[in-house]
Amino acid sequence: MGMTFAEKILARKAGLDRAVPGQIVIIEPDHLLTHDNTAAIVDKIVDDLERFGVARPGMPVIALDHVIPAASEKHAVNHKTAREFAARFKLPNFYDVGTGVCHQVLMEKGHALPGRLIVGSDSHTCSYGALGVFATGVDRTEAAALYLRGKTWLKVPETIRITLGGRLQPPVSAKDLVLTIIGDIGADGAAYRAVEFHGSVSTLSIEERFTIANMGVEMGAKIAVFPVDAVTREYLTSIGAEHGSYEPLWADEDAAYCRELTYDLGDIEPVIAAPHKVDNRKSVAELEGMAIQQVLLGTCTNGRLSDLEAAAGILDGHAVSPGVRLLVLPASREIYQAAMENGTLAILSRAGATILPPGCGPCLGAHQGCLAPGEKCLSTANRNFKGRMGSKEAEIYLASPQTAAATAIHGVISDPRKEVSR
Amino acid sequence: MKVWRYGDDVNTDMLFPGKFTYTCSTAEEIRPHLLEDLDPDFAEMVKPGDLVFGGKNFGCGSSREQPTLGLKAVGVEAIVASSFDRIFYRSSINQGLLLVECPDAVAAYNAGDEVTLDAAEGKITVGGREFDFPRLPPEILAIRDAGGLLPWTRAELEK
Repeated sequence: MGMTFAEKILARKAGLDRAVPGQIVIIEPDHLLTHDNTAAIVDKIVDDLERFGVARPGMPVIALDHVIPAASEKHAVNHKTAREFAARFKLPNFYDVGTGVCHQVLMEKGHALPGRLIVGSDSHTCSYGALGVFATGVDRTEAAALYLRGKTWLKVPETIRITLGGRLQPPVSAKDLVLTIIGDIGADGAAYRAVEFHGSVSTLSIEERFTIANMGVEMGAKIAVFPVDAVTREYLTSIGAEHGSYEPLWADEDAAYCRELTYDLGDIEPVIAAPHKVDNRKSVAELEGMAIQQVLLGTCTNGRLSDLEAAAGILDGHAVSPGVRLLVLPASREIYQAAMENGTLAILSRAGATILPPGCGPCLGAHQGCLAPGEKCLSTANRNFKGRMGSKEAEIYLASPQTAAATAIHGVISDPRKEVSR
Repeated sequence: MKVWRYGDDVNTDMLFPGKFTYTCSTAEEIRPHLLEDLDPDFAEMVKPGDLVFGGKNFGCGSSREQPTLGLKAVGVEAIVASSFDRIFYRSSINQGLLLVECPDAVAAYNAGDEVTLDAAEGKITVGGREFDFPRLPPEILAIRDAGGLLPWTRAELEK
Protein backbone atom coordinates (compact mmCIF):
# COMPACT_ATOMS: atom_id res chain seq x y z
CA MET A 1 0.00 0.00 0.00
CA GLY A 2 1.38 3.42 -0.98
CA MET A 3 1.46 6.55 1.13
CA THR A 4 -0.32 9.89 0.89
CA PHE A 5 1.67 13.15 0.79
CA ALA A 6 1.13 13.67 4.53
CA GLU A 7 2.14 10.12 5.45
CA LYS A 8 5.23 10.31 3.26
CA ILE A 9 6.54 13.67 4.44
CA LEU A 10 5.86 12.97 8.12
CA ALA A 11 7.67 9.63 7.82
CA ARG A 12 10.61 11.36 6.14
CA LYS A 13 10.78 14.11 8.73
CA ALA A 14 10.50 11.65 11.61
CA GLY A 15 13.18 9.38 10.13
CA LEU A 16 10.73 6.49 9.69
CA ASP A 17 10.10 4.16 6.75
CA ARG A 18 6.40 4.83 6.84
CA ALA A 19 3.74 6.59 8.84
CA VAL A 20 0.05 5.71 9.20
CA PRO A 21 -2.97 7.85 10.15
CA GLY A 22 -3.33 8.26 13.89
CA GLN A 23 0.39 7.74 14.55
CA ILE A 24 2.16 10.45 16.53
CA VAL A 25 5.54 11.52 15.19
CA ILE A 26 8.19 13.86 16.58
CA ILE A 27 9.47 16.31 13.99
CA GLU A 28 11.81 19.31 13.69
CA PRO A 29 9.99 21.84 11.49
CA ASP A 30 12.11 23.49 8.80
CA HIS A 31 10.54 26.80 9.75
CA LEU A 32 8.34 28.36 12.42
CA LEU A 33 6.36 31.41 11.32
CA THR A 34 5.38 34.13 13.77
CA HIS A 35 4.25 37.73 13.14
CA ASP A 36 3.12 40.55 15.42
CA ASN A 37 2.38 37.83 17.99
CA THR A 38 6.15 37.27 18.34
CA ALA A 39 6.11 39.77 21.21
CA ALA A 40 3.49 37.85 23.18
CA ILE A 41 5.36 34.60 22.49
CA VAL A 42 8.69 35.98 23.65
CA ASP A 43 7.09 37.49 26.76
CA LYS A 44 6.15 33.97 27.90
CA ILE A 45 9.75 32.77 27.90
CA VAL A 46 11.96 35.78 28.62
CA ASP A 47 13.97 34.00 31.34
CA ASP A 48 14.03 30.67 29.47
CA LEU A 49 15.47 32.35 26.39
CA GLU A 50 18.30 33.86 28.42
CA ARG A 51 19.04 30.45 29.84
CA PHE A 52 18.52 28.12 26.88
CA GLY A 53 18.66 30.46 23.85
CA VAL A 54 16.87 29.76 20.55
CA ALA A 55 17.31 26.11 19.62
CA ARG A 56 17.76 26.67 15.88
CA PRO A 57 18.17 30.36 14.89
CA GLY A 58 17.60 29.57 11.19
CA MET A 59 14.18 28.06 11.91
CA PRO A 60 12.13 31.11 12.99
CA VAL A 61 10.75 33.39 10.28
CA ILE A 62 9.25 36.60 11.62
CA ALA A 63 7.22 38.95 9.42
CA LEU A 64 5.49 41.94 11.02
CA ASP A 65 2.20 42.36 9.19
CA HIS A 66 -0.92 42.18 11.32
CA VAL A 67 -1.22 45.76 12.52
CA ILE A 68 1.20 47.79 10.38
CA PRO A 69 2.23 50.56 10.58
CA ALA A 70 1.60 50.37 14.33
CA ALA A 71 -1.90 51.63 15.15
CA SER A 72 -1.14 52.36 18.80
CA GLU A 73 1.65 52.50 21.33
CA LYS A 74 0.90 48.90 22.35
CA HIS A 75 1.24 47.67 18.77
CA ALA A 76 4.46 49.66 18.41
CA VAL A 77 5.86 48.02 21.53
CA ASN A 78 4.98 44.59 20.07
CA HIS A 79 6.94 45.39 16.91
CA LYS A 80 9.89 46.70 18.92
CA THR A 81 9.97 43.56 21.08
CA ALA A 82 10.01 41.36 17.95
CA ARG A 83 12.82 43.43 16.38
CA GLU A 84 14.92 43.26 19.54
CA PHE A 85 14.33 39.52 19.89
CA ALA A 86 15.52 38.91 16.31
CA ALA A 87 18.61 41.05 16.88
CA ARG A 88 19.42 39.62 20.31
CA PHE A 89 19.37 36.00 19.09
CA LYS A 90 20.78 36.77 15.63
CA LEU A 91 17.75 35.39 13.79
CA PRO A 92 18.47 35.77 10.07
CA ASN A 93 14.86 35.57 8.85
CA PHE A 94 13.28 38.79 10.11
CA TYR A 95 11.05 40.92 7.86
CA ASP A 96 10.02 44.29 9.19
CA VAL A 97 6.83 46.33 8.71
CA GLY A 98 6.02 46.86 5.04
CA THR A 99 7.56 43.70 3.58
CA GLY A 100 4.16 42.09 3.30
CA VAL A 101 1.68 39.64 4.77
CA CYS A 102 3.67 36.84 6.42
CA HIS A 103 2.34 34.08 4.17
CA GLN A 104 3.20 35.93 0.98
CA VAL A 105 6.63 36.81 2.42
CA LEU A 106 7.46 33.18 3.22
CA MET A 107 6.75 32.23 -0.37
CA GLU A 108 8.48 35.22 -2.01
CA LYS A 109 11.61 34.94 0.10
CA GLY A 110 12.06 31.26 -0.67
CA HIS A 111 11.36 29.83 2.80
CA ALA A 112 8.34 27.83 1.66
CA LEU A 113 10.02 25.28 -0.60
CA PRO A 114 8.60 21.94 -1.76
CA GLY A 115 9.08 19.06 0.67
CA ARG A 116 9.55 21.30 3.68
CA LEU A 117 7.56 21.14 6.90
CA ILE A 118 6.51 24.52 8.27
CA VAL A 119 4.41 25.36 11.31
CA GLY A 120 3.20 28.84 12.12
CA SER A 121 1.36 30.61 14.88
CA ASP A 122 -1.22 31.66 12.34
CA SER A 123 -4.06 29.52 11.06
CA HIS A 124 -3.45 30.42 7.40
CA THR A 125 0.02 28.88 7.48
CA CYS A 126 -1.63 26.14 5.39
CA SER A 127 -1.17 28.49 2.38
CA TYR A 128 2.26 27.03 1.50
CA GLY A 129 0.58 23.81 0.44
CA ALA A 130 0.41 25.67 -2.90
CA LEU A 131 4.12 24.85 -3.26
CA GLY A 132 4.02 21.27 -1.98
CA VAL A 133 4.87 22.20 1.61
CA PHE A 134 3.40 20.45 4.68
CA ALA A 135 2.30 23.63 6.45
CA THR A 136 -0.07 23.97 9.41
CA GLY A 137 -1.02 26.28 12.26
CA VAL A 138 -0.17 26.07 15.95
CA ASP A 139 -0.77 28.42 18.89
CA ARG A 140 1.58 30.93 20.55
CA THR A 141 2.51 28.63 23.40
CA GLU A 142 3.66 25.99 20.95
CA ALA A 143 5.70 28.61 19.07
CA ALA A 144 7.36 29.53 22.38
CA ALA A 145 8.21 25.88 23.09
CA LEU A 146 9.58 25.54 19.54
CA TYR A 147 11.93 28.50 20.01
CA LEU A 148 13.34 26.72 23.05
CA ARG A 149 13.36 23.11 21.92
CA GLY A 150 13.11 23.16 18.11
CA LYS A 151 10.79 20.17 17.83
CA THR A 152 7.21 19.16 18.38
CA TRP A 153 4.73 16.35 17.74
CA LEU A 154 2.22 15.86 14.95
CA LYS A 155 -0.50 13.31 14.48
CA VAL A 156 -0.49 11.74 11.02
CA PRO A 157 -3.79 12.77 9.39
CA GLU A 158 -6.11 10.87 7.10
CA THR A 159 -6.34 12.43 3.64
CA ILE A 160 -9.15 13.63 1.39
CA ARG A 161 -8.38 13.48 -2.33
CA ILE A 162 -9.96 16.17 -4.53
CA THR A 163 -9.61 15.55 -8.25
CA LEU A 164 -10.08 18.52 -10.58
CA GLY A 165 -11.05 18.36 -14.24
CA GLY A 166 -11.35 20.97 -16.99
CA ARG A 167 -10.44 24.59 -16.43
CA LEU A 168 -11.94 27.68 -14.81
CA GLN A 169 -13.88 30.03 -17.09
CA PRO A 170 -12.87 33.63 -16.27
CA PRO A 171 -14.09 35.74 -14.60
CA VAL A 172 -14.82 32.68 -12.45
CA SER A 173 -11.78 32.23 -10.21
CA ALA A 174 -9.99 29.97 -7.77
CA LYS A 175 -11.82 31.75 -4.95
CA ASP A 176 -15.14 30.60 -6.38
CA LEU A 177 -13.79 27.04 -6.51
CA VAL A 178 -12.62 26.94 -2.91
CA LEU A 179 -15.80 28.61 -1.60
CA THR A 180 -17.77 26.01 -3.56
CA ILE A 181 -15.81 23.15 -2.00
CA ILE A 182 -16.20 24.57 1.53
CA GLY A 183 -19.92 25.07 0.91
CA ASP A 184 -20.19 21.43 -0.13
CA ILE A 185 -18.22 19.76 2.66
CA GLY A 186 -18.77 22.30 5.44
CA ALA A 187 -16.50 24.33 7.70
CA ASP A 188 -15.43 21.11 9.44
CA GLY A 189 -15.59 18.93 6.33
CA ALA A 190 -11.84 18.30 6.38
CA ALA A 191 -11.32 18.56 10.15
CA TYR A 192 -8.07 16.92 11.31
CA ARG A 193 -7.44 15.81 7.72
CA ALA A 194 -5.06 16.59 4.91
CA VAL A 195 -6.50 17.65 1.56
CA GLU A 196 -4.64 16.75 -1.67
CA PHE A 197 -5.48 18.29 -5.04
CA HIS A 198 -5.10 16.08 -8.12
CA GLY A 199 -6.16 16.21 -11.78
CA SER A 200 -6.06 19.37 -13.88
CA VAL A 201 -3.93 21.22 -11.35
CA SER A 202 -1.63 22.44 -14.12
CA THR A 203 -4.40 24.78 -15.35
CA LEU A 204 -4.10 26.70 -12.07
CA SER A 205 -1.38 29.33 -11.55
CA ILE A 206 0.65 29.39 -8.32
CA GLU A 207 -1.39 32.41 -7.26
CA GLU A 208 -4.64 30.51 -7.74
CA ARG A 209 -3.25 27.51 -5.83
CA PHE A 210 -2.24 29.87 -3.02
CA THR A 211 -5.83 31.17 -2.76
CA ILE A 212 -7.15 27.61 -2.52
CA ALA A 213 -4.54 26.32 -0.04
CA ASN A 214 -4.96 29.48 2.07
CA MET A 215 -8.60 28.54 2.71
CA GLY A 216 -7.83 24.94 3.63
CA VAL A 217 -8.23 25.83 7.30
CA GLU A 218 -11.73 27.17 6.56
CA MET A 219 -12.76 23.56 5.86
CA GLY A 220 -10.92 22.47 9.02
CA ALA A 221 -7.96 20.95 7.17
CA LYS A 222 -4.58 20.38 8.75
CA ILE A 223 -2.93 20.95 5.37
CA ALA A 224 -4.15 21.59 1.81
CA VAL A 225 -1.51 20.65 -0.71
CA PHE A 226 -0.76 20.66 -4.44
CA PRO A 227 1.75 18.58 -6.39
CA VAL A 228 4.95 20.21 -7.66
CA ASP A 229 4.81 20.59 -11.46
CA ALA A 230 6.27 22.77 -14.23
CA VAL A 231 4.17 25.72 -13.02
CA THR A 232 5.63 25.37 -9.52
CA ARG A 233 9.19 25.06 -10.82
CA GLU A 234 8.77 28.11 -13.00
CA TYR A 235 7.56 30.11 -10.01
CA LEU A 236 10.41 28.89 -7.83
CA THR A 237 12.96 29.83 -10.49
CA SER A 238 11.39 33.31 -10.66
CA ILE A 239 12.08 33.84 -6.95
CA GLY A 240 15.63 32.54 -7.23
CA ALA A 241 15.14 29.05 -5.74
CA GLU A 242 17.41 26.80 -7.77
CA HIS A 243 16.38 23.36 -8.95
CA GLY A 244 17.98 20.86 -6.62
CA SER A 245 17.66 23.18 -3.62
CA TYR A 246 14.40 21.48 -2.66
CA GLU A 247 13.12 17.92 -2.48
CA PRO A 248 9.53 17.65 -3.67
CA LEU A 249 7.45 14.64 -2.83
CA TRP A 250 3.95 13.52 -3.66
CA ALA A 251 1.43 10.81 -2.87
CA ASP A 252 1.79 7.32 -4.33
CA GLU A 253 -0.73 6.21 -6.93
CA ASP A 254 -2.05 3.52 -4.58
CA ALA A 255 -2.31 5.68 -1.46
CA ALA A 256 -5.43 5.23 0.68
CA TYR A 257 -7.90 8.09 1.08
CA CYS A 258 -10.72 8.54 3.58
CA ARG A 259 -12.82 10.45 1.06
CA GLU A 260 -12.63 11.31 -2.63
CA LEU A 261 -14.28 14.24 -4.39
CA THR A 262 -14.23 15.46 -7.98
CA TYR A 263 -14.89 18.91 -9.44
CA ASP A 264 -15.15 20.02 -13.05
CA LEU A 265 -13.63 23.50 -13.03
CA GLY A 266 -15.71 24.44 -16.06
CA ASP A 267 -18.88 24.04 -13.96
CA ILE A 268 -17.82 26.44 -11.20
CA GLU A 269 -19.84 29.66 -10.98
CA PRO A 270 -19.34 32.90 -9.03
CA VAL A 271 -20.30 32.31 -5.39
CA ILE A 272 -20.29 34.18 -2.10
CA ALA A 273 -19.91 33.06 1.51
CA ALA A 274 -22.67 34.92 3.32
CA PRO A 275 -22.53 35.85 7.04
CA HIS A 276 -21.40 34.54 9.44
CA LYS A 277 -19.85 31.24 8.33
CA VAL A 278 -17.48 30.48 5.48
CA ASP A 279 -19.58 27.46 4.45
CA ASN A 280 -22.73 29.57 4.09
CA ARG A 281 -22.38 29.55 0.31
CA LYS A 282 -24.78 31.39 -1.97
CA SER A 283 -24.64 31.95 -5.72
CA VAL A 284 -23.96 35.54 -6.69
CA ALA A 285 -27.38 35.48 -8.37
CA GLU A 286 -29.07 34.85 -4.99
CA LEU A 287 -27.54 38.00 -3.48
CA GLU A 288 -27.38 40.22 -6.57
CA GLY A 289 -28.59 43.73 -5.84
CA MET A 290 -27.78 43.80 -2.12
CA ALA A 291 -26.28 47.19 -1.13
CA ILE A 292 -22.67 47.08 0.07
CA GLN A 293 -20.85 49.91 1.87
CA GLN A 294 -17.26 48.64 1.81
CA VAL A 295 -15.32 46.42 -0.59
CA LEU A 296 -12.00 44.95 0.54
CA LEU A 297 -9.75 43.73 -2.27
CA GLY A 298 -6.56 41.96 -1.22
CA THR A 299 -5.26 40.13 1.92
CA CYS A 300 -3.30 36.85 2.06
CA THR A 301 -6.18 35.17 0.23
CA ASN A 302 -6.50 37.44 -2.82
CA GLY A 303 -3.88 40.18 -2.65
CA ARG A 304 -1.58 38.98 -5.38
CA LEU A 305 -0.77 40.75 -8.65
CA SER A 306 -3.17 38.68 -10.76
CA ASP A 307 -5.97 39.41 -8.28
CA LEU A 308 -5.37 43.17 -8.43
CA GLU A 309 -5.05 43.02 -12.22
CA ALA A 310 -8.31 41.07 -12.57
CA ALA A 311 -10.12 43.68 -10.48
CA ALA A 312 -8.45 46.56 -12.35
CA GLY A 313 -9.48 45.00 -15.66
CA ILE A 314 -13.12 45.27 -14.59
CA LEU A 315 -12.82 48.68 -12.88
CA ASP A 316 -10.81 50.37 -15.67
CA GLY A 317 -12.74 53.36 -16.97
CA HIS A 318 -15.36 53.11 -14.22
CA ALA A 319 -15.79 54.92 -10.92
CA VAL A 320 -16.43 53.23 -7.62
CA SER A 321 -20.07 53.75 -6.63
CA PRO A 322 -20.49 56.84 -4.40
CA GLY A 323 -21.90 54.67 -1.62
CA VAL A 324 -18.88 52.36 -1.50
CA ARG A 325 -15.43 52.55 0.07
CA LEU A 326 -13.05 50.38 -1.97
CA LEU A 327 -9.95 49.38 0.02
CA VAL A 328 -7.04 47.69 -1.74
CA LEU A 329 -4.57 45.64 0.25
CA PRO A 330 -1.65 44.24 -1.78
CA ALA A 331 -0.16 41.14 -0.10
CA SER A 332 3.45 42.35 -0.22
CA ARG A 333 5.76 45.21 -1.14
CA GLU A 334 6.88 43.29 -4.23
CA ILE A 335 3.27 43.01 -5.37
CA TYR A 336 2.61 46.65 -4.50
CA GLN A 337 5.68 47.66 -6.51
CA ALA A 338 4.77 45.53 -9.51
CA ALA A 339 1.17 46.77 -9.46
CA MET A 340 2.42 50.34 -9.25
CA GLU A 341 4.89 49.91 -12.11
CA ASN A 342 2.42 48.25 -14.49
CA GLY A 343 -0.33 50.79 -13.84
CA THR A 344 -2.72 48.52 -11.94
CA LEU A 345 -2.71 50.68 -8.82
CA ALA A 346 -3.21 53.79 -10.93
CA ILE A 347 -6.35 52.28 -12.48
CA LEU A 348 -7.68 51.29 -9.05
CA SER A 349 -6.86 54.65 -7.48
CA ARG A 350 -8.35 56.55 -10.43
CA ALA A 351 -11.56 54.54 -9.99
CA GLY A 352 -11.70 55.73 -6.38
CA ALA A 353 -9.89 53.05 -4.39
CA THR A 354 -7.88 53.69 -1.24
CA ILE A 355 -4.58 51.81 -1.42
CA LEU A 356 -3.45 50.43 1.96
CA PRO A 357 0.07 49.32 2.96
CA PRO A 358 0.92 45.63 2.43
CA GLY A 359 -0.33 44.01 5.65
CA CYS A 360 -3.43 42.41 7.14
CA GLY A 361 -5.28 45.73 7.33
CA PRO A 362 -8.96 45.56 8.29
CA CYS A 363 -9.28 41.77 7.81
CA LEU A 364 -9.03 41.16 11.56
CA GLY A 365 -10.82 44.34 12.60
CA ALA A 366 -7.87 46.04 14.27
CA HIS A 367 -7.57 49.14 12.07
CA GLN A 368 -7.68 50.62 8.52
CA GLY A 369 -11.32 50.03 7.67
CA CYS A 370 -13.38 48.66 10.54
CA LEU A 371 -17.13 48.34 10.03
CA ALA A 372 -19.91 50.24 11.80
CA PRO A 373 -23.12 48.57 13.02
CA GLY A 374 -25.45 47.78 10.12
CA GLU A 375 -22.76 48.00 7.45
CA LYS A 376 -22.08 45.30 4.87
CA CYS A 377 -18.65 44.55 3.46
CA LEU A 378 -17.83 42.42 0.45
CA SER A 379 -14.33 41.10 1.04
CA THR A 380 -11.84 38.91 -0.79
CA ALA A 381 -10.43 37.72 2.56
CA ASN A 382 -10.99 34.29 4.09
CA ARG A 383 -13.28 34.81 7.12
CA ASN A 384 -16.72 36.30 7.59
CA PHE A 385 -17.14 35.61 11.30
CA LYS A 386 -19.45 37.85 13.29
CA GLY A 387 -17.57 40.85 14.67
CA ARG A 388 -14.37 40.07 12.77
CA MET A 389 -14.03 43.43 11.01
CA GLY A 390 -15.29 45.62 13.83
CA SER A 391 -18.95 45.76 14.84
CA LYS A 392 -20.73 42.50 15.58
CA GLU A 393 -23.77 44.14 13.98
CA ALA A 394 -21.90 44.32 10.65
CA GLU A 395 -21.94 41.67 7.92
CA ILE A 396 -19.08 40.28 5.81
CA TYR A 397 -19.59 38.60 2.41
CA LEU A 398 -16.61 36.69 0.97
CA ALA A 399 -16.07 36.60 -2.78
CA SER A 400 -13.52 36.76 -5.59
CA PRO A 401 -11.60 39.88 -6.73
CA GLN A 402 -13.73 39.86 -9.88
CA THR A 403 -17.00 39.90 -7.93
CA ALA A 404 -15.50 42.55 -5.65
CA ALA A 405 -14.69 44.81 -8.60
CA ALA A 406 -18.15 44.46 -10.15
CA THR A 407 -19.74 45.14 -6.76
CA ALA A 408 -17.59 48.24 -6.20
CA ILE A 409 -18.78 49.75 -9.50
CA HIS A 410 -22.48 49.24 -8.83
CA GLY A 411 -22.61 49.59 -5.05
CA VAL A 412 -24.62 46.39 -4.89
CA ILE A 413 -23.55 42.75 -5.13
CA SER A 414 -22.98 42.17 -8.84
CA ASP A 415 -22.10 39.29 -11.16
CA PRO A 416 -18.66 39.83 -12.75
CA ARG A 417 -19.75 37.88 -15.84
CA LYS A 418 -21.93 40.88 -16.75
CA GLU A 419 -18.94 43.24 -16.84
CA VAL A 420 -16.74 43.78 -19.87
CA SER A 421 -13.14 43.34 -18.85
CA ARG A 422 -10.71 45.63 -20.69
CA MET B 1 -21.10 24.11 38.78
CA LYS B 2 -22.84 25.74 35.86
CA VAL B 3 -23.00 24.50 32.27
CA TRP B 4 -22.62 27.20 29.60
CA ARG B 5 -24.23 25.79 26.49
CA TYR B 6 -23.55 26.98 22.93
CA GLY B 7 -24.12 25.66 19.40
CA ASP B 8 -22.16 24.48 16.35
CA ASP B 9 -19.13 26.22 14.81
CA VAL B 10 -18.35 28.47 17.79
CA ASN B 11 -15.39 30.31 16.26
CA THR B 12 -12.38 32.05 17.75
CA ASP B 13 -13.77 35.51 17.01
CA MET B 14 -16.83 34.66 19.16
CA LEU B 15 -14.55 33.31 21.89
CA PHE B 16 -12.23 36.30 21.79
CA PRO B 17 -12.56 39.26 19.35
CA GLY B 18 -9.72 39.53 16.83
CA LYS B 19 -9.41 43.28 17.30
CA PHE B 20 -7.87 42.69 20.75
CA THR B 21 -5.51 39.92 19.62
CA TYR B 22 -2.40 42.11 19.70
CA THR B 23 -3.26 44.20 22.74
CA CYS B 24 -4.47 41.55 25.21
CA SER B 25 -2.23 38.56 25.94
CA THR B 26 -2.30 37.89 29.69
CA ALA B 27 -5.14 36.19 31.57
CA GLU B 28 -6.07 39.50 33.24
CA GLU B 29 -6.21 41.31 29.89
CA ILE B 30 -8.16 38.51 28.20
CA ARG B 31 -10.85 37.93 30.83
CA PRO B 32 -13.12 40.95 30.22
CA HIS B 33 -13.36 40.10 26.49
CA LEU B 34 -13.82 36.34 26.83
CA LEU B 35 -16.84 35.23 24.73
CA GLU B 36 -17.73 38.93 24.38
CA ASP B 37 -19.53 38.61 21.02
CA LEU B 38 -21.14 35.25 21.90
CA ASP B 39 -22.43 35.67 25.45
CA PRO B 40 -22.00 39.06 27.17
CA ASP B 41 -22.76 37.52 30.60
CA PHE B 42 -20.03 34.89 30.47
CA ALA B 43 -16.95 36.88 31.47
CA GLU B 44 -18.62 38.29 34.57
CA MET B 45 -20.55 35.22 35.70
CA VAL B 46 -18.25 32.26 34.97
CA LYS B 47 -16.91 30.48 38.06
CA PRO B 48 -14.12 27.95 38.62
CA GLY B 49 -15.41 24.42 37.97
CA ASP B 50 -17.97 25.49 35.34
CA LEU B 51 -18.30 23.52 32.11
CA VAL B 52 -18.70 24.81 28.55
CA PHE B 53 -20.80 22.73 26.11
CA GLY B 54 -20.63 23.19 22.34
CA GLY B 55 -21.73 21.46 19.16
CA LYS B 56 -19.51 20.50 16.23
CA ASN B 57 -16.29 22.24 15.14
CA PHE B 58 -15.84 24.10 18.44
CA GLY B 59 -13.02 26.66 18.31
CA CYS B 60 -12.73 26.93 14.52
CA GLY B 61 -10.90 29.82 12.92
CA SER B 62 -7.82 31.66 14.11
CA SER B 63 -4.80 30.15 15.87
CA ARG B 64 -5.06 32.82 18.59
CA GLU B 65 -4.74 31.25 22.02
CA GLN B 66 -6.67 33.81 24.07
CA PRO B 67 -9.73 31.49 24.05
CA THR B 68 -7.91 28.45 25.49
CA LEU B 69 -5.65 30.46 27.77
CA GLY B 70 -8.59 32.55 28.98
CA LEU B 71 -10.97 29.64 29.57
CA LYS B 72 -8.28 27.78 31.50
CA ALA B 73 -7.45 30.88 33.54
CA VAL B 74 -11.06 31.52 34.64
CA GLY B 75 -11.20 27.94 35.89
CA VAL B 76 -13.40 26.23 33.29
CA GLU B 77 -13.03 22.55 34.15
CA ALA B 78 -13.58 21.24 30.63
CA ILE B 79 -15.14 21.97 27.27
CA VAL B 80 -17.53 19.26 26.12
CA ALA B 81 -18.33 19.30 22.40
CA SER B 82 -19.36 17.05 19.50
CA SER B 83 -16.09 17.88 17.74
CA PHE B 84 -13.26 20.41 17.97
CA ASP B 85 -11.19 22.43 15.54
CA ARG B 86 -7.67 20.98 15.38
CA ILE B 87 -5.64 24.09 16.25
CA PHE B 88 -8.01 24.73 19.16
CA TYR B 89 -7.65 21.13 20.31
CA ARG B 90 -3.87 21.37 20.17
CA SER B 91 -3.90 24.71 21.94
CA SER B 92 -6.01 23.28 24.75
CA ILE B 93 -3.41 20.57 25.35
CA ASN B 94 -0.75 23.29 25.39
CA GLN B 95 -2.71 25.23 28.04
CA GLY B 96 -3.54 22.16 30.12
CA LEU B 97 -7.28 22.58 29.42
CA LEU B 98 -9.42 19.42 29.31
CA LEU B 99 -11.48 18.84 26.16
CA VAL B 100 -14.15 16.17 26.05
CA GLU B 101 -15.09 15.11 22.51
CA CYS B 102 -18.38 13.30 23.02
CA PRO B 103 -21.34 13.91 20.64
CA ASP B 104 -23.60 11.58 22.70
CA ALA B 105 -23.04 13.57 25.88
CA VAL B 106 -23.79 16.81 24.04
CA ALA B 107 -26.98 15.33 22.56
CA ALA B 108 -28.09 13.95 25.95
CA TYR B 109 -27.72 17.24 27.81
CA ASN B 110 -30.85 19.10 28.87
CA ALA B 111 -30.79 22.40 30.72
CA GLY B 112 -30.31 21.80 34.43
CA ASP B 113 -28.86 18.29 34.09
CA GLU B 114 -26.17 17.30 36.57
CA VAL B 115 -22.86 16.68 34.80
CA THR B 116 -19.86 14.89 36.32
CA LEU B 117 -16.49 14.13 34.76
CA ASP B 118 -13.84 11.51 35.34
CA ALA B 119 -10.94 12.58 33.12
CA ALA B 120 -8.65 9.73 34.17
CA GLU B 121 -11.23 7.10 33.22
CA GLY B 122 -12.56 8.99 30.19
CA LYS B 123 -16.12 9.02 31.48
CA ILE B 124 -18.76 11.76 31.55
CA THR B 125 -22.17 11.49 33.20
CA VAL B 126 -25.01 13.69 31.96
CA GLY B 127 -28.32 13.58 33.85
CA GLY B 128 -27.49 10.10 35.16
CA ARG B 129 -26.41 8.66 31.79
CA GLU B 130 -22.76 7.69 31.46
CA PHE B 131 -20.72 8.08 28.26
CA ASP B 132 -17.13 7.25 27.36
CA PHE B 133 -14.89 9.79 25.65
CA PRO B 134 -11.52 9.19 23.97
CA ARG B 135 -8.49 9.88 26.12
CA LEU B 136 -5.27 11.34 24.78
CA PRO B 137 -2.31 9.09 23.94
CA PRO B 138 0.12 8.85 26.89
CA GLU B 139 2.86 11.02 25.35
CA ILE B 140 0.35 13.85 24.77
CA LEU B 141 -1.42 13.34 28.09
CA ALA B 142 1.96 13.95 29.75
CA ILE B 143 1.97 17.50 28.32
CA ARG B 144 -1.48 18.30 29.67
CA ASP B 145 -0.74 16.67 33.00
CA ALA B 146 2.43 18.75 33.38
CA GLY B 147 0.13 21.80 33.38
CA GLY B 148 0.71 22.57 29.72
CA LEU B 149 3.42 22.69 27.09
CA LEU B 150 5.72 25.30 28.65
CA PRO B 151 6.08 23.58 32.04
CA TRP B 152 6.56 20.28 30.17
CA THR B 153 9.18 21.83 27.85
CA ARG B 154 11.10 23.33 30.78
CA ALA B 155 11.21 19.92 32.45
CA GLU B 156 12.50 18.37 29.21
CA LEU B 157 15.21 21.02 28.85
CA GLU B 158 16.34 20.39 32.43
CA LYS B 159 16.87 16.69 31.71
